Amino acid sequence: MGERIGIEVSLAIAEAAKMANVDVIAAYPITPQTHIVEHLAELVASGEMDAEYILAESEHSAMSACLGSSAVGARTFTATAGQGLELMHEVLYVASAMRLPVVMAVANRALSSPLNVWGDQSDLMAVRDTGWIQIICENGQEAFDHTLCAFRIAEDQRVLLPVMIHTDGFYLTHVVEPIEFPKQDEVDRFLPPYQYPLPLDPDKPVTMGAFAPPILYSEAKKAQEVNIRASKKIILDHWAEFGKAFGRHYHPIEQYRTEGSKTLLMTLGSFGETAMTAVDKMRNEGKDVGLLKLRLWRPFPFEELRQAVGNAEVLIVVDRALSFGGPGGPAYSEVRSALYSKKKRPRIVGFIGGLGGRDITVAEFEGMVKRGVEMVKAGSEQEFEMFGVRE
Amino acid sequence: MKKSEGELTWKDLEIGAIVTEPGSTREYRTGDWRSQVPRYDFTKCIKCGLCQLYCPEGCIRENAEGYFQANLFWCKGCGICAKECLTGVIYMAEEEE
Repeated sequence: MGERIGIEVSLAIAEAAKMANVDVIAAYPITPQTHIVEHLAELVASGEMDAEYILAESEHSAMSACLGSSAVGARTFTATAGQGLELMHEVLYVASAMRLPVVMAVANRALSSPLNVWGDQSDLMAVRDTGWIQIICENGQEAFDHTLCAFRIAEDQRVLLPVMIHTDGFYLTHVVEPIEFPKQDEVDRFLPPYQYPLPLDPDKPVTMGAFAPPILYSEAKKAQEVNIRASKKIILDHWAEFGKAFGRHYHPIEQYRTEGSKTLLMTLGSFGETAMTAVDKMRNEGKDVGLLKLRLWRPFPFEELRQAVGNAEVLIVVDRALSFGGPGGPAYSEVRSALYSKKKRPRIVGFIGGLGGRDITVAEFEGMVKRGVEMVKAGSEQEFEMFGVRE
Repeated sequence: MKKSEGELTWKDLEIGAIVTEPGSTREYRTGDWRSQVPRYDFTKCIKCGLCQLYCPEGCIRENAEGYFQANLFWCKGCGICAKECLTGVIYMAEEEE
């Protein structure tokens, strides 16, 4: 096994890209992601890392350059956050539709306006439908592990899809954590070299990203949808292999103290850590509360969610993003939709909190559980509630 | 192409809808975008070939008599050839197909 090192999570993500032997990094710095690409730039400049570093003039150009390098068969990495992710938005769809296995770390951040550089998941939700595989991390170790895993998943010949690794801005990116680093030869064994089946090659020309008229576009989209849906099983296989190799096991829905829970809380990302403390406290007080943590956002783990919910009577989903004028937080509305066909399903309550760097404390998680159960008892038909907003 | 566009299923497409067959765009009929069609009075033609140079579709070829004529499978009826013709050979008429 490797070594446990105290390191800022952003730097650990950059080190994971280095250990993955990335060939090309095309990026543009933006808070709170900057330390990731800054560290990669240092590694390339000092010769510690043998890669091309392209400093693009914007995130739109950074992602466009990533498509080109991935298409020639170069292992490609980038990172962004918030507004930067929005600026590359249209190119994200191209990456997935062209089946280019770019790996991108996203330091989740609020969206303007008002200008706010702090953490929430508005950027994550805004790119929900871009066709990327999306994995959400809870702590620094996970951010490191999933960056490594992402290359193996993305570049699998049966998958060939870009992967986003979501890591909460500041809450994770800017904290120093003890992170277990594997040895380079262990990583090399885990991560086979990248081979794109139809690369851009002057000796064997192909046309990529050509247009499709109405008579072909639907067929192209169906192929894409079948592909990402089928990728779930392969993602789980690679996570299982990672578990065997490195001893840390990952699942699409992580469960914490859910045995026999009548009430379940659900979180995405780093807030799961605080929620665990809240669950421990409530369990110690004799309340049967458990926690679900959504790791695999796309492809959505429908079966695993239905199974994890079990016989719970109340499910409280906490979103850190809003769908303005819509049915509540995006995760909440998707969870509600996924459970609709279940014969015996829990009542589902949505809360929105933790926006733009606002914390959700242990006491507030307890408050959400209390309020959620009350709402269900009162037969409330309210779609959702923004939690902790001053009236 | 082995199959026409209308026969291709989603399973027939290469990954990422990559096109592996060179020149397959030739199979794509753009002629049906046309609302005007070029007509010719070759008695005025000096066979200069300017229309061929200007055609943005690249669909004008010399015929057996040495006159330049658009292939209507691809011609989109933009009218540039008619506009550029020095001797007024080409004129645009309403497409009635």
